[in-house]
Amino acid sequence: MPLDSKIPSGPIAEKWSKHKRDSKLINPKNKRKYSVIVVGSGLAGSAAAASLSELGYKVKCFCFQDSPRRAHSIAAQGGINAAKNYQNDGDSVYRLFYDTVKGGDFRAREGNVHRLAEVSVNIIDQCVAQGVPFAREYGGALANRSFGGAQVSRTFYARGQTGQQLLLGAYSALNKEIANGGVKMYSRCEMVELVVVNGHAKGIITRDLVTGKIEAHAADCVLLCTGGYGNVFYLSTNAKGCNVTATWRAHKKGAFFANPCYTQIHPTCIPVSGDYQSKLTLMSESLRNDGRVWAPKKKGDNRHPSQIPDEERDYYLERKYPSFGNLAPRDISSRAAKEACDDGRGVGPGGRGVYLDFAEAIKNFGQKTIAERYGNLFDMYERITGENAYQQPMRIYPAVHYTMGGLWVDYNLMSNLPGLHVLGEANFSDHGANRLGASALMQGLADGYFVIPTTIANYLVGEKPGSITTEYPEFKKALEDVNARTSRLLGIKGKRSVDSFHRELGLLVWDKCGMARSREGLTEALGRIPALREEFWNNVTIPGSGEAFNQELEKAGRVADFLEFAELLCLDAREREESCGGHFRVEHQYEDGEAKRDDANFTYAAAWEYTGNFAKPALHKEELKFDEVHLAVRSYK
Amino acid sequence: MSLLNLTLKVWRQSSANAAGRFQDIEARDIPDHASFLEMMDIVNERLISKGEEPIAFDHDCREGICGMCSMVINGRPHGPEKTTTTCQLHMRKFKSGDTIYVEPFRAKSFPVIKDLAVDRSSFDEIQRAGGFVTVRTGSAIDANALPIGKEIADAAMDAAECIGCGACVAACPNASAMLFVSAKAGQLNSLPQGQPEKTRRTLGMVREMDAQGFGNCSNHYECEAACPKDISVDWISKLNRDYLCSAVVEKEAVAGGGGD
Repeated sequence: MPLDSKIPSGPIAEKWSKHKRDSKLINPKNKRKYSVIVVGSGLAGSAAAASLSELGYKVKCFCFQDSPRRAHSIAAQGGINAAKNYQNDGDSVYRLFYDTVKGGDFRAREGNVHRLAEVSVNIIDQCVAQGVPFAREYGGALANRSFGGAQVSRTFYARGQTGQQLLLGAYSALNKEIANGGVKMYSRCEMVELVVVNGHAKGIITRDLVTGKIEAHAADCVLLCTGGYGNVFYLSTNAKGCNVTATWRAHKKGAFFANPCYTQIHPTCIPVSGDYQSKLTLMSESLRNDGRVWAPKKKGDNRHPSQIPDEERDYYLERKYPSFGNLAPRDISSRAAKEACDDGRGVGPGGRGVYLDFAEAIKNFGQKTIAERYGNLFDMYERITGENAYQQPMRIYPAVHYTMGGLWVDYNLMSNLPGLHVLGEANFSDHGANRLGASALMQGLADGYFVIPTTIANYLVGEKPGSITTEYPEFKKALEDVNARTSRLLGIKGKRSVDSFHRELGLLVWDKCGMARSREGLTEALGRIPALREEFWNNVTIPGSGEAFNQELEKAGRVADFLEFAELLCLDAREREESCGGHFRVEHQYEDGEAKRDDANFTYAAAWEYTGNFAKPALHKEELKFDEVHLAVRSYK
Repeated sequence: MSLLNLTLKVWRQSSANAAGRFQDIEARDIPDHASFLEMMDIVNERLISKGEEPIAFDHDCREGICGMCSMVINGRPHGPEKTTTTCQLHMRKFKSGDTIYVEPFRAKSFPVIKDLAVDRSSFDEIQRAGGFVTVRTGSAIDANALPIGKEIADAAMDAAECIGCGACVAACPNASAMLFVSAKAGQLNSLPQGQPEKTRRTLGMVREMDAQGFGNCSNHYECEAACPKDISVDWISKLNRDYLCSAVVEKEAVAGGGGD
């Protein structure tokens, strides 16, 4: 099947304007006849649900949390990029576009990225109008800071809680539309199946997490805004509930899954402290503006950091990447930390950690200034580790944080499955093989506020509104499938808990498909995942019933999907015989350990089709063209 | 790292209308570096391995920002540490041999769903009654066209830090939601963007708060003490002022025939 990205023709800077001009319109009276299902209420979902309702569409929005305001976008700390050039430091839409394409290691779509950079400026306006309290200068203008991988200050922020404030802004817009009847909100309600009628996505099956009721919902189209799949690694900075279920169910109904191997490992997280660990906590990348990263020069140096003199410290980012130093992009910083630890120079429990040191910043600016900038992060660090980072350096280690891969979409954000639209982290299109700091919030909101309200009509205009109802046999069949799966899970009554399987899967995937991957390791993982999956379906135990609040059952459904998805993740990683961005294959590196891309053979997005056999999905390639930003070795030296 | 032996007295309630009771659970060999929720995970794993139902509790981000975790620990919402959510509370704050009481947030407007999980949708309803600025996507002016003094923006951010967890309600002897409502209304009422709808917002949110069955504020300030984000009760005074002004404005509008 040919993959048509539907990127408009013409110069890069005019593509989005042209597309808006050429897009179909539905008159306001008719919009009211169309219904839209939005799954997920994070930045992309809330923004889309609110904006589509404002246009007149009838929206149903679903989230598994107890309130749409709790979606995991809320945890983003550092900021949101926008090409406002308020700082007069030479920023522009083109430069943000350029940085993002380069940052993504030339594996994103140019057309999408330019659009993202264009609408970034509207996002800031919109959020400020909603009352989002961004940081400001004394004169009342908005403040900016620089962020990993950028040499201009284009990041807008609200203390260390930018994601929270942006989500609360989108949530308030959603509330406004719920109040006026345009959006019907379903909280504690999880999508467990996608319904496809005549080849089009026309509805979903949900489980009410309080009562256990399984229900069918039909609409004229479906939007998945369900975030990433980072929890396949069990330990990640994602919230515990983040899952792949919605996108995986859609994949099994025909939607292509693109580039699952592009996973982002964030360099500055608090290291693992023991096997009871349930999640990892990120320390905002903004800390690298003032903190200096180092490891001891000597192997196995277990002196207290204050006892290690400066000349015996290796400030390895400053040494290896003099022009970006401690602000080098995430994939590069993460790998450098791993190298130091692999070299036996790691610190803390198990030697999996490096230092992030603020001593010099405190000496230069005073503790008060540093506390004003990062006080909440220092407090959080102390709560978790019991250590005071004003007095001794933080210990940090990389952790899974974001997933660039996701369901394949075209320029309209529609997957190959007509009617199914995918927004935010759940799609694959804008970040390539590595996402730059402060770009996730930008993409979620760009898709929700500014892209989908224009592009959705291109699909809907060809559909007769309300023509598909839950009376269709496809809905009955999907309901039966869901009930059968639930009964099967509850009926296993084996010996092992859901979490024990999730932990085992996570360790395996982290070990073989984490920061460094090899053909050998991936092949081993691919051999072990099906066995683990089989054991799960024969030996998991889920207490309680399906007709009530049952958190073990919720987790079991998600882990069952991770056990299938993990195989595609490893297959994609093995198939991609190159290193790029967050995907590092040990076989493909330069002598100095830098990632070695293979542009001749791999300048494509890998879109995988489910064939009924997890071991043999069909690969479809979307060739990527770089007309503006010429393919080059990404250098931050 | 050391290991703790604890006695938990955990509230168990199978559903909203069932009777609840405390269950005694011995939690042995708990690593002191574990978080409180990781301790609960360990306890649940052991319950499951014995064929018993695990303890239901709400949680999600486990980094103190989503507001999903709740629990009253030894009589205090989110436990003994100031400005710390349950998910950020670590076991090093307890001693081996301690007995720990774990209960749900208790308030008429937060009915129990199961064990420690409660229904806080009443908070969403209050927000829907006016906790927004009516601005359509796409109709905003340039962000720097409206200068906002740093002090005002910082104050609005202080209020905006509220995570909507409901600890303030659980701590209040009257189960009042005034700290929550005052933070949410106060953020927008302090900013120039929020001025056009200030009256509607204030009246709408306060009336919805009453309709949802939350109690009155009688200035105990337990809410501020329990708040994991250190929201100040000064916001309550501000809400009271805004409410009074809004009620007068509304009355005058009615007396004057509703204006033009």
